Amino acid sequence: MGPEVGTAPKAAASPGADTRSALRRLAGTRETSVIGALVVAVLAASLLVEGFASGRNAGFLILDIATIALIALPMTLIVITGEIDLSVASTLGLTSAVMGQLWVMGLPLETIVPLCVLLGVVLGAVNGLLVTVAGLPSLAVTIGTMAMYRGLAYVVLGDRAVADFPFEWTGGATARLPGTDLPWVVLLIAVLAVVFGVVLHATPVGRSLFAIGSNDEATRFSGISVAWTKLWLFVASGAVAGLAGVFWTLQYGSARADNAFGLELSVVAAVLLGGVSIFGGKGALPGVLAGVLLLGVIRNALSLADVSSDVLSIVTGVLLVVSVVLPTTITRLRERRPRPAPS
Amino acid sequence: MSTTRNPDSTGSPGTAAATGSPAGAAATAPRPRGGGDARAGRRVRQVRELGILLALVLLIAVTTAVNPGFLAAQSVRDLLLGATLLTILAVGQSLVLITRNVDLSVGSVMGLSAFAVGTLFVAFPGLPTPVAALAGVAVGTVCGVVNGVLVAAARVPALVVTLGTLYMFRGIDFWWASGRQINAADMPDGFLGLGRVTLLGVPLPAVVALLVVLAAGWYLRNYRSGRELYAVGSEPQAARLSGIPVDRRVFAPFVVNGALAGLAGVLYAARFGTLDATVGTGMELEVVAAAVVGGVAIFGGSGTVYGAALGALLLSTIDAALPMLRVDSFWQQAVVGLLILVSIGLDRLLAVRTARRLRGGGSRGA
Repeated sequence: MGPEVGTAPKAAASPGADTRSALRRLAGTRETSVIGALVVAVLAASLLVEGFASGRNAGFLILDIATIALIALPMTLIVITGEIDLSVASTLGLTSAVMGQLWVMGLPLETIVPLCVLLGVVLGAVNGLLVTVAGLPSLAVTIGTMAMYRGLAYVVLGDRAVADFPFEWTGGATARLPGTDLPWVVLLIAVLAVVFGVVLHATPVGRSLFAIGSNDEATRFSGISVAWTKLWLFVASGAVAGLAGVFWTLQYGSARADNAFGLELSVVAAVLLGGVSIFGGKGALPGVLAGVLLLGVIRNALSLADVSSDVLSIVTGVLLVVSVVLPTTITRLRERRPRPAPS
Repeated sequence: MSTTRNPDSTGSPGTAAATGSPAGAAATAPRPRGGGDARAGRRVRQVRELGILLALVLLIAVTTAVNPGFLAAQSVRDLLLGATLLTILAVGQSLVLITRNVDLSVGSVMGLSAFAVGTLFVAFPGLPTPVAALAGVAVGTVCGVVNGVLVAAARVPALVVTLGTLYMFRGIDFWWASGRQINAADMPDGFLGLGRVTLLGVPLPAVVALLVVLAAGWYLRNYRSGRELYAVGSEPQAARLSGIPVDRRVFAPFVVNGALAGLAGVLYAARFGTLDATVGTGMELEVVAAAVVGGVAIFGGSGTVYGAALGALLLSTIDAALPMLRVDSFWQQAVVGLLILVSIGLDRLLAVRTARRLRGGGSRGA
């Protein structure tokens, strides 16, 4: 957890190595194994599970992982800077509750939706300010705001559910792209993934994120505004969580205070499975998307194969543990017996 | 109750624990970590714990003024019983947090242990209570060993490992229960009556929790290995260089925490009687919250189990007091969230002030 546990100098993004290092990052490491695992899982599921390899099923699968995929994008950037945001699911819940309440009060959804995203921005900014201006550890801050935002969601909506949203909107949320079986949200995910991916892997800002995660003191001394950068990341995380709140509410047609309860750990699990180091400084967006998809594919295939969903929990856990234990152990074994490594 | 005096009765480890942040703190904003002069640290800790105690007393006073029924024997007993589980879990979690690790799997471990106890009673209706209790603790210990091995031997970040085992243990629980539910009727009255057994008017589970707190507090304060936990959490690298067996010091708290989560599972089974695979879901973050409210630093090296226990007691009291104050219970979680933020803000403030005082004050005692 402590960002400086590994005091050994980590490979900070050296100046000059930009595209090449990004490519090498993609080629060499954990991301490739996750993507490999995803390919294997998809192939295995297509061969073994009846009904998996169909456009219809792909559509369901994407709807199923849409929320996690959306929230995982900014989360990746945050974890790469060595921070974490555990309040995302509560932000989603609060946005959902506010959305329901505003709808009950008679506002049109055209007004409500931007307000909800704005609310997400504000909630994210609160996290960001507490982390940067007040200098508090994000793990503790966002456990606090996780409780607080969820609590406010209950204050707003109590244990009521608002479920009378117009069908044009709820049906629209899960509508398919014309001529395909894919829901339109896949476009939203793709656009945001490209935006976050480009920012992370192809801009100076992105490189500074890796630098911050590797050593934020050194990065500060190199003239990068660490606080400002982190603040924006938390704002982005809040905004996307707010957007996800709107989507979730419309997708399930129900605004409730307990929407997406516990989802934050699923998001973090997907991000870590995707090869992002919890200590920051390492990770790539394609890996995370593969991690999200991998969990989605496994869940989908298991449910099609009528395996009870509790197995998924075990699989998730094992995958997560193995995905970190294996590389660490291999590295340590190699270090112990210095021998020309066959790679 | 606690004043955590003389933190360095064992010499060198105390020094190691004390040399944490100030050196690095000079240049940049220091992370709120324990550290600093032993005396300053002690002062801070006292202020911190007195603060929670004050908040607790204030809350109880206000609630009692509004609703005198709050201090009735029965409601106090309910409150203590309610606080028991959280307190035991918070003590275990603090041991882990102090070494700069975290155990997110406690909720799942508690659930697994509770279900194991219930299943045992279904299989052997005549089972003596102590045997069942030991079995529950054993289940928790095994889970703790799994976490400990992964973190200490495989050297994998605790947050990742215990997030993984959170899912694994919960999955095992679901798979084992496969939709079944165990009811009070399946368990002997002697076991379910544990909560009604009292010692000098205090419910037995609360006595157990108190003993756990005192034992852990005593150990952390007076044992060399206990002091070394702080050293490991303050600066793992330095601790390793000074000859502390870091891996073992990281391993042991996970095992103890697992055992305590197992114990909590036993007490849960005895108290609620209705068990399914969802017992303890989401408990992990509440436990971490209790410890953080109690002044245990999330980045290790600082805090006491007394503080954590007070934090747990405060959170439970808020739970119990809000309905008495006729505050809509929907506010409860929001209040808890605010309290966490205030607590870590306060810790940060105290840390900054201590660091400033140290910078001006020069020499550091040992």
